[in-house]
Amino acid sequence: MAAPQPRLLWCGDTAITIEFGERIDPDANALVLALDRAVRESGIPGLVECVPTYRSLTVHLDPCLAEPSRIESALLALVGTVPAETAPRRLWRIPVVYGGAFGIDLADVAAHHGLSPDEVVSRHAASDYRVAMNGFLPGYAYLSGLDPRLALSRRESPRPVTPAGTISIGGVQALVASIAAPSGWHLLGRTPVRSFLPGRDPVFLFEPGDAIRFLPIEPDRWDELDRAAQAGERIVESETMP
Amino acid sequence: MTGRLVIKRCNGGLSLQDGGRRGYQRYGLSGSGAMDRLAMATANALVGNAPDAPVLELGLGGGRFVVEAGRGWFACAGAPCTLRIDGAPIAGHRSMTLAEGAEWEVDPPREGTFVYLAVAGGFAARALLGSVSLHLRAGIGGIDGRTFQSGDGLAFTATEHAAPGDRIIDAVPLDRDAPIRVMLGPQADSFTQGGIDTLLGSTFTVSHRADRMGYQLDGPTIAHGAGGYNIVSDATVAGSIQVPGNGLPIVLMADRQTTGGYPKIATVISADLRRLAQRRPGDPVRFEAVALATAREAAFERQRAIADLPGRLRPLGGFDTERLLGANLAGHAVDALQEGP
Repeated sequence: MAAPQPRLLWCGDTAITIEFGERIDPDANALVLALDRAVRESGIPGLVECVPTYRSLTVHLDPCLAEPSRIESALLALVGTVPAETAPRRLWRIPVVYGGAFGIDLADVAAHHGLSPDEVVSRHAASDYRVAMNGFLPGYAYLSGLDPRLALSRRESPRPVTPAGTISIGGVQALVASIAAPSGWHLLGRTPVRSFLPGRDPVFLFEPGDAIRFLPIEPDRWDELDRAAQAGERIVESETMP
Repeated sequence: MTGRLVIKRCNGGLSLQDGGRRGYQRYGLSGSGAMDRLAMATANALVGNAPDAPVLELGLGGGRFVVEAGRGWFACAGAPCTLRIDGAPIAGHRSMTLAEGAEWEVDPPREGTFVYLAVAGGFAARALLGSVSLHLRAGIGGIDGRTFQSGDGLAFTATEHAAPGDRIIDAVPLDRDAPIRVMLGPQADSFTQGGIDTLLGSTFTVSHRADRMGYQLDGPTIAHGAGGYNIVSDATVAGSIQVPGNGLPIVLMADRQTTGGYPKIATVISADLRRLAQRRPGDPVRFEAVALATAREAAFERQRAIADLPGRLRPLGGFDTERLLGANLAGHAVDALQEGP
């Protein structure tokens, strides 16, 4: 697949962004993820770290080691050669307690779409998602793959606090939250899985590009799983994808 | 032998910091690390440490500390402030050996924001993801990822012998009025020309909403272009100047969010981040646009400034000065001339 010509945008002297578009676009994200891998394997002098997002890759650089014109031409050369990575390499099945106190917006989302809460849950849990990016706060995984029939613009007034492990949707995006934070998205449920847990190995679970599926569980399983997860047990393992 | 420094008074501005974390922004964790890297490196150079060794970063509140165990070789650098050892004022930007029982008070800085306390060997704390830096929002670093409280203690490597002689260095320069250099972009095209002119032609002030995550500025509002003020989230850097719907710029700092959905009109160049960090609420901020080549030259210059620190150390005063200081320090400071190896 021929890559569209991206825009190179310097972000001060310590980073450059390769932007493939201005919208949320699975094709652009696939290119971003492929380029992320290629850049990290390239050994470009001065490379510090790469941050993939829905539509762009930001390459953080040491300004004293990275020579700008060499960086630009190396990145453009990589864009021209990477195949758009289409297949995730790992799959996570994430248990979720939907609705009630765990997902206080489930009924409203269902009413908005003229569905029953159970129909919203089954549609949300039926999709194959992909970690398009991690961002905002540690362990926050932004997913592509939401059933477009569930898409719903964010709430008019954000909530000052939403709980750790919140599973929510906003626009065409789906989110796995790690720690408690303000949010204007619609809260469908909670997972006991800690995508970020200091002191556990690994501290972070999800790599950009990983596949995610949600597995509805009953509320009576929450306490046991939540306790185990908080104690640092890995209550889910990733599966290697064929 | 392990020494122990106990915090007797502090506020939320006190934290343990070092060079920060690298490689975890792809998981949503920003780098943290000292807000003024040059001042941290200066404090560390005074006691023979590497530039990024763990230090205590004091914000506007100052703090009071007691050496509860062991004897340590300490130093202080950064924003100008009054230091007192057992009540007697001493100059900053110098090293000093403090014996067990010494009480060390750091007043709120007279200007600027951040003061750094270093100890030979660095403060000891459990590193997570390659750093001891506190990242409060993530709940990691420092002591259990929380802010310090009075009564907390920090371990350091106690010195068996007196230091090879105390040293002094010129103060880290602070400037309250010179423009902060920026490069336009990455989303300057999300703004009208008038909006860009407002950024570059106005004097803003640091608002009270200024912390390690970001400095919100007060001043004239910056006009967005026809596309509005929402973009699909992309990555931020330390120094990103994002402009939300109210038109007032926020400069993202060390503990920032790693991605954001507001357009970023410009980016503070890396060498000037510490200059902005040292401005306090009410201080003026003007911006000046520079090219990438200028930003890189400034980055090289700062790298050289840090590398040159050890060569700029001078022995502290003459013999008389040393004796006077010894008298001031009321027996807690160990005079290198008396207790040399």
